[in-house]
Amino acid sequence: MTLNPREQILDAVRHHLPTEKVDYPAVPVFQKTISAMLPAFEARLKEAGATVHKPADLAAAQALLAQEHADAKVICSATPDLQGNRDIHKVVNPHELADVDVGVIRAGFGVAENGMVWLTQEDLVVNALGFLSQHLVILLKPTELVADMYDAYMRVHLEDTAYGCFMMGPSATADIGAVLVHGAQGARSLSVYLV
Amino acid sequence: MAKQRVDVAGNAASFIDQDDIHEPVHDKNLWAARMKRDAAARAVPEWEDLRTIASLIKEHTLTHLDHYLEMFEANAIKRGAKVYWARDAAEHNQHVWEILSARNIDAIIKSKSMLQEECGMTAFLENRGISVTESDLGERIQQLDNQPPSHIVMPAIHKTPADIAGIFAKAIGTDPNNTDPHYLNEAMRADARKRFLKAGAGMTGANFAIAETGTFVVCTNEGNADIGASVPPVHIASIGIEKLLPKVSDLGVFIRLLSRSALGTLATQYTSHFSGPRKGGELHIIITDNGRSKRLGLDDFWHSLKCIRCGACMNTCPVYRRSGGLAYGATYSGPIGIILDPTFDESKYSELPYHSTLCGSCSEVCPVKIDISDQILKWRKVMAAKKYLPISRRLAFGAAGKVFEHPTLFHGAETAASAAMKVTPHFLLYNRGLNPWGRHRELPHFAKQTFREWYLQYKQTDKDQEPQQ
Repeated sequence: MTLNPREQILDAVRHHLPTEKVDYPAVPVFQKTISAMLPAFEARLKEAGATVHKPADLAAAQALLAQEHADAKVICSATPDLQGNRDIHKVVNPHELADVDVGVIRAGFGVAENGMVWLTQEDLVVNALGFLSQHLVILLKPTELVADMYDAYMRVHLEDTAYGCFMMGPSATADIGAVLVHGAQGARSLSVYLV
Repeated sequence: MAKQRVDVAGNAASFIDQDDIHEPVHDKNLWAARMKRDAAARAVPEWEDLRTIASLIKEHTLTHLDHYLEMFEANAIKRGAKVYWARDAAEHNQHVWEILSARNIDAIIKSKSMLQEECGMTAFLENRGISVTESDLGERIQQLDNQPPSHIVMPAIHKTPADIAGIFAKAIGTDPNNTDPHYLNEAMRADARKRFLKAGAGMTGANFAIAETGTFVVCTNEGNADIGASVPPVHIASIGIEKLLPKVSDLGVFIRLLSRSALGTLATQYTSHFSGPRKGGELHIIITDNGRSKRLGLDDFWHSLKCIRCGACMNTCPVYRRSGGLAYGATYSGPIGIILDPTFDESKYSELPYHSTLCGSCSEVCPVKIDISDQILKWRKVMAAKKYLPISRRLAFGAAGKVFEHPTLFHGAETAASAAMKVTPHFLLYNRGLNPWGRHRELPHFAKQTFREWYLQYKQTDKDQEPQQ
């Protein structure tokens, strides 16, 4: 009887498995090195090419958005906290977001170790908003921080979302002459509003 | 006829000899990445523990791989992904082709995938009328220049901005004299965006695949994989069977290691987790073997399957930095390439294990502790046992055997070499064209006296002395 490719691969794997099995290692809880999460998070974000703002409230954040992106024609917000002029809930096809100048998204939490923010399909409403937008504004409650990647992965719940992204600043490349350039394919800039 | 053996030393010589810019700049850029890696590693107190844990998690997964593959498949299907199995490159490419042709898709956009490189997928699809666009900037540069990537993480690092300006001028009409990376990036961004919007499918690879949730993770700095996955209606991911990890929490270890090892950054700008198709989209996962299960059975070499493709071994390798990645003539270059490529074709890549100083730096920086330099030495033994040794080396080692068998011959040779060193003009030894290896390297000075001469001279007096404590 001939086996299908799936069975053949699994058979070949079983046949070649190293005889000495290795146990899953004990992973200790490492000592935290970050004492104050918010300053660390802000510093890492800036290193990754993002900017950080602390508007007093949502009204101030709305004013800041208008001021930071005064030239923007299309602003699309995936969060009810800030208003744009393109309703993301009416988007059927991601291509409709190709002309978005500024995408606005509320992140679930941030990671102090490296300045990442966690965005899921539910936060983005349409995933392409995070990648076709020329610029991104990310809202984050300054209390929603974890220290490091160990804690971050305790909090992601991958079984609850088809898509989740740790975003650490604007799109970047160093593929030409090892020179850092922002805005390779994704967002040219990323601002985090701590509100 | 046997496939042409890759003349890696000759290729390296051509890279070095093309001018006085490419090799030194390549060396400098990669060494800068290595230094940044060191700083990033030093800033993590548990760095060495993390390397050990990552290595053990990979070894655990690989020694229970059948179990984790089935778990990953079941969970990915549960999440709504369609899962395919490919024994080799041909089956992998056929799956891709069938998915595309069934949907009348004639243009795709793809992010970097070493597995798809390995499978020769782009050429296969282009021969069937599918337009394939690389979306990673470095990969796009290489595609337009009709070259494979020269580095796992920095595909066009062997090129100068002037080279790239020339390529873009021809391909998309930029100013050939404008070598500003910002200008060139902007021009390619505009060109790529049109292609993203026209593509019927986006293809990605995967950095990690998580058995317990059926998730796969893709890390990029440009966000290009995410555009490919979120804009076209169809997402196809090619995943090698060795990419498995048991648990989501394992990512806490591996994401901390990956980009710090690669470029010395804390993470890539985007670390994306795909668990089933996105809202309104299709997700196809092609689990591919292509020689990996066989490698798992090689006692001396299966640890190479732990590789997470960070490129740290390339950045640190003194030979790779001088040679350029294309010299290896293979999908994988540098130290990791030396130990992976012969598993695909021993004869074709039989010279690669000799393209190393065995300094061991690769093993020291590897985030999953692959014994790379030990494996390079073991591959030399394989090549020697199978008589793949190049003629010049076979003669040299054969002669060495003869000389060592006959002490008088050896003594003569020793004295003669010392004498030859005195008279061989420096320009002959260090002429770049004749001996590229001589650049930046000085041969050791021969002692005026051989050890044997010294020993014979002092033997008599030493005999009278008590051994010193």
